[in-house]
This record gives sequence, structure tokens and C-alpha cells, in this order.
Amino acid sequence: MSSATLNETGKRIHPYKFLLWVAMGSICMMFAGLTSAYIVKRNQSNFLEFSLPLVFWYSTIVILASSLTIQLAVKSYKAREMSRYRTLMTITVILGVGFAALQTLGFMNLESHGIHLTGPKSNASASFILIIVGLHALHVLGGVVSLLVMFLKAYFSNTKNYSSVTIEVVSIYWHFVDVLWLYLLVFFIWIR
Amino acid sequence: MSNEAVLQAESVLATHHDAHGEHHDHHHQETFISKYVFSMDHKMIAKQFLITGMVWAVIGGLMSVLFRLQLGYPDTSFPWLEDLLGKFWVEKGHITAQGYYALVTTHGTVLVFFVLTAGLSGTFANFLIPLQVGARDMASPFMNMLSYWFFFAASVVMVSSIFVETGPFSGGWTAYPPLSALGDASPGSKTGMDLWLVAMALFVVSSLLGGLNYIATVLNMRTKGMSMTRLPLTIWALFFTAVLGVLSFPVLLSGFILLIFDRNFGTSFYLSDIFLTTTNTALPNEGGSAILFQHLFWFLGHPEVYIILLPAMGMVSEILSVNSRKPIFGYMAMIGSLFAIAILAFLVWAHHMFVTGLNPFLGSIFVLLTLLIAVPSAIKVFNWLTTLWRGNIRFTPAMMFAIGFVSLFISGGLTGIWLGNSALDIHLHDTYFVIAHFHIVMGVASMFGMFAGVYHWYPKMYGRYLNTSLGYIHFWISIVGAYLIFWPMHYEGLAGMPRRYYDYSIWESFKNFGELNRFISTVAMIVFAAQLLFIANFFYSIWKGRKVTTLNPYGSNTLEWTTPINPGHGNWVGEIPEVHRWPYDYGKDGKEYTSQTTPVGADESHH
Repeated sequence: MSSATLNETGKRIHPYKFLLWVAMGSICMMFAGLTSAYIVKRNQSNFLEFSLPLVFWYSTIVILASSLTIQLAVKSYKAREMSRYRTLMTITVILGVGFAALQTLGFMNLESHGIHLTGPKSNASASFILIIVGLHALHVLGGVVSLLVMFLKAYFSNTKNYSSVTIEVVSIYWHFVDVLWLYLLVFFIWIR
Repeated sequence: MSNEAVLQAESVLATHHDAHGEHHDHHHQETFISKYVFSMDHKMIAKQFLITGMVWAVIGGLMSVLFRLQLGYPDTSFPWLEDLLGKFWVEKGHITAQGYYALVTTHGTVLVFFVLTAGLSGTFANFLIPLQVGARDMASPFMNMLSYWFFFAASVVMVSSIFVETGPFSGGWTAYPPLSALGDASPGSKTGMDLWLVAMALFVVSSLLGGLNYIATVLNMRTKGMSMTRLPLTIWALFFTAVLGVLSFPVLLSGFILLIFDRNFGTSFYLSDIFLTTTNTALPNEGGSAILFQHLFWFLGHPEVYIILLPAMGMVSEILSVNSRKPIFGYMAMIGSLFAIAILAFLVWAHHMFVTGLNPFLGSIFVLLTLLIAVPSAIKVFNWLTTLWRGNIRFTPAMMFAIGFVSLFISGGLTGIWLGNSALDIHLHDTYFVIAHFHIVMGVASMFGMFAGVYHWYPKMYGRYLNTSLGYIHFWISIVGAYLIFWPMHYEGLAGMPRRYYDYSIWESFKNFGELNRFISTVAMIVFAAQLLFIANFFYSIWKGRKVTTLNPYGSNTLEWTTPINPGHGNWVGEIPEVHRWPYDYGKDGKEYTSQTTPVGADESHH
């Protein structure tokens, strides 16, 4: 069954995809709230300035690569090339987890340079990096979890499912966290 | 084919042929658990929200009775209360100061979030959206079920905070830091605050899951012919409510996350080098800004008051039209004003912060934007009154509460114009004038909207009627009581009486209000007792109420009255009806009402 259906108003979006779009709007608002708080705080006194760890650039490459692999995975799913699909999905999962690991490495990097993210010696400037980047990484891990759930469901299910809706929904979300990261990176570079 | 069929065909239950809808009851193997507990039927979830909300309303209401006892009778001793509640709350027959602040805080949190957000839009968005747009269920019934259970979990955590040794959070429902961020600042800011934050985080998740579903259902799951401009105003209002929630709750969550880090991980978002007398030390934190929290909080907080009010507005519009036997006056203006309120809701948050040292020039912009809300509000009031005008009014309890809502909205809304002025706010800020204003316009008015909704749709929920005589008693005590409680508070506020004080009798300037406070407290107890009457009526009528015998008892146009008297999961037996017209054809062409499912005749113009 095709993911979109026709009615008198023409092509309609699948409800699950629509749900995701609204949810993405909601997630945007959370990060908009946090980044606005960052701007407000930056304009007040005692806001530490430091450069972002280099690792964040590596993680950017990783998450961009994962966007590519998930897109190829969707393509091969639709073409019913299942072994290629499984390989690409596995790579995507690894890249997703790798991204979160790299971000954690970035936090440790900052700590080792004496820029404390938490605790009494911390500065709000660094704590914001931890919270905003950390929340984003959690959202990426959420994507990883949904991929795994999708995998396990397909594995344990008795019926074959040819619908590509679930995988498409996950891939849209995946691209979304990718773009969100690019926004955050540009934001942190510009507004320091 | 509708999206309904897409979802059904893809689900594992595809063999059930829900989309074709013949004999639902025979298909599902329903157990007690799947029908009443982990139900995915939007109607059952609505009832779960309603009853949980009612439990919370009783708890929150009882709390207000307790602190009104302290305010009205500061010199009287109630030893029996001590036996009942224990030493934390009552000592030597008097409510303790700590207990009083905990009561005020929990009353606010519970009523704003658990009753008037979850209990109101949780109930009616769930119940009415699928029934009135013509859908078998929500876009994602599973998420809908999760939404309720997150709310339930939030409720459990919030209730448990009442029983911890140091008491629940006691720094006011707005949870401003530094009080909320420092465990050493007050007993309530210790474990109670941690539980408060956990409960609120769960609550935000619940609201988001619900809101996403409501939006997706309204936009995607409408039946054939149900264009957006044929939607009942209830649906429009619930839709804007969901949009407000989805866009503002995440910002509250981000504010809470920063607060959690300040509390537990030593960061300095809100905290600076404050000196604490309880520990005789200065905090190690540097450069935090407590005002930052207020910005994040009120960016949710102001939309929140419309999240509370809009569902009531929508239901009142529908109920007024049905029971006046007249089309709603200015349907498009009603939608337009809902839209305007939803937009303005995001642009006025700083009017809660006029006295925080906000730049007066910035303040004047917020004054302007705040006062602009008077325009759509006035349009709505005008349209409600003109809908009533020369109508063939049926004074059912639902209608009484709907008219009561309009009355309260006018009298509470007018004081909003006072408070929206930053110059007047210097005097009125944090006084009883504010208490009176928001209790009338948001609290009581929305409760009235909720009561109107319950009385009106109870027959659809349970297939029985609520007792009408008890309904009238409930209404008259509530409306008279509400005005008797909150009207005098305006005078107290104008005289400068601050809110949240524990005992006014020791203040020379406010001593003279002792008698008035006693009067208010007495009325509050009577009104609370009347609400218990409603609850008794509610539960009695579920099993013993007069049975509904006709499909459409009110002669109503909307789709929910085309379903069976006790609709199963899936709502309609057979095809979902097609819609041909707007929902307000009352008294058209000499016919008392014309259902939305009636095709447009040859002699009629299109809607």
C-alpha cells in the first residue's frame, strides 16, 4: 500500500509522517528556548569565551555520513535489496552511536582543558554546551533506539511488511537531527 | 480512501477490517485490562483523563479549603486537623507556615496543570476530536494511551511528594529560582522540589504526546467532506490549544532542565553568589540570572493560560449555539479571534515581569501587545451574546454553565486590561487583585467550561443523563459563590494586600480585612461542598442515571450524535458518514436543525 492516499483534496501526507513533522516543530522549540537562553546569558557579565573542541568537527562528518547511509538504506529497502539495506542500516546505527561517543569525547576534551561543564567552578557558557549538545546527542540516540526497535520488530514479526512508512519516518527524523546539529554548530561558532 | 484505512491496513490488526466497520464488538477480544486500563480507545482515554482530573480537582480544591481556613480563621485552633494531617501540616491546631506555602504551591500546580490542562483538554480533545471530525480514533491510538499513562505517572510522583518528610515544594507554582534551586533555602525545596520537577517533566511529555495526536488527527483524519471550515468551533479551539501546547511546553522543559542542572550539578544558569542565612555561607556559583528562568517559564506560562481557556471557549461556543437553536454568530470571526489569541499568546509573556527590572520601553511594547488581546476577546464575547440574542434558549445545566462562563469571562477579562498596564502593575503586582483576576477569567471560567462540557456530553460518554436538578443547584452555588469569593479580593488587592502571605492579622494595614477574609473562606467551603455534590451526581449517574433513548437528544448537528448511543471502539457501525455542510444550521428554512450529514438541497446555497 502506498504511503500517501488520495482524496478529494489531492495527495495527503501519511498521519505518522505528519505526527513526526509536528514533533520536530516541538523539538525545534525546545532548542530555540535553549539557544535564546544562551543569547540572553551571553549578553550578561561573566560569560566565558573559549573555542569549540576539534572533535565536534569530526562528529559533524560522522553525522553527515550517517544521513547519507540512511538515505541509501531507504532506497535499497524500496528496491527490496534486503542485504544491502541491512548493511547500510547497521552502518547507520554504528555512526549514530559513534556520533554520541564523539560528542562525549568533546565534553571530556573541554574538561581536560580546565573548562568545567558542571560543578561550582563551571561557567554557564560551558554548561550550555553540555546541555544543548548533550540533549541533541540524546535525540540522536533516540533515533538509534527507534532503528533498533524497527529492526527487532521486523525480526520477530511473523508477517512480512512491505510498507516503507516506518523506515521513511525514521529517516526523516534522522535527517532532522542532522540539520539540527548543523544549526547548533553554526550557532555556537557565530555566537560566542 | 481516507487515512483511516491506511492506518488500519498497515496495522497488524489488518485482518479485523475495522475500516469496514461491521460489528466491532465481536472482533476485539476485549479484556478488562485492554478495555478499562490500557485502553487505546480515545473515548475511554478521555474518561480516564476526566476521572483522574476530578480526583486532582478534589485534592487541589481541598487544599484551597485548608489554606482558606488559615486565612479566614488565623486565631482559631483546629486540633482535630492535627490528628488528621499530622505535625508537618498542622501544629497546635494551626496550619504551619511551611504547610501553608506547600498547600498554596501544590494547589496552583495541580489546578493549572493537572486539572485544567490534562483534565480539560485531555478529556475533551480526546473525546470530541475523533467524534466530531469523523474519525474512528486518533492518528496514533498508542501514543494517545502513552499520553494518559505519562500523566498518570506524573500524578503518582506529584501525590508522593505530598507525603515526603520535608513536604512538597513550597515556593509557588511558578517555581522561581533561587528558592526552587536551593535545597537549603526551604524544606520544600529539598526532596519535594525534586519530585515536583520529575512530575512536571513527565507531565510535559504527556502533553506533547497528546498535543501531537490532536493536531495530526484534526488535520489528517477528517471524514469526507469535512473541510476545515465545516469543523465545529470546539475542534478549532482544541486544535489551537494543541498547537500552543506543542510549541510552548518544550520551552518550559528546557527551563526545567537548566533548573535541574543548577540544583544537582552545580551549574550557574540561575544561581549567583547568594548568601544563605540558613547555612551562613555564600554560594560558590557566579553570574547566574534568576530572571532567565522567568523568561523561559512565562514563555510557556502565558500560552498556558490560553491552553486552559481555549477548550472552554470552544465548548461554550458549541453549547450556546445548540441550546439557543441558532447558528453561532460570526463563525469565521470566532476562528479568526482564536487564531489571533493563539498568536498573541506567544508575544505577551513579559507582562508577568513588569516589575523584574524590565526595560520600561520594552515593557510598553508588551503593554500594547497585551492590550491587543482585548480585541479578539471582545469579538468572542460579542459573538456569544449575539448568538444568545433572541434565541429559543433551552436552559439545560450545560447551557447555564456556558452562560456562566461568558459572564465570568467578561468580568475577569476586564480586570486584565488593568493589569496589562505596566504602570498600574507596579501597584497591583502580586496582590489579591491578580489572584481575583486570574481565578475568575482563567480558573473558574475554565472550570465552568469544563462543567458545561461534562453536562453536555455526558450522555455521549455514558449513555445516561446527569441529574438535572442537582446540576442546577451545582450551577447556582458555583456562580454565586465564585463571585462572592473573588469579587471582594479585588478590593483587598487595590488596598495593596499582597498574595501568598501566611497571616494578615498581624499586619496593621490589612487587619481590617479579617472579617472579609472569614467571609471569603466560608463561601469557599460551601462552594467546595457543592462540587462534591457534582461528583456524587457524576458517579451515581454512570450506573443509575436516566438512560438516553434517542440518538440525538439535543437535536444537534454535529457528528458525534450520529454514532450509536453507546459507541464501540471505532465509533460508527458501518461507513463513517460524509459531511455536506457546516455544523450550525439551526433554524434554517424553518427546520429546527439540519445535521451535518444532510446533503445540501437544490434550493440551498453551499456552505
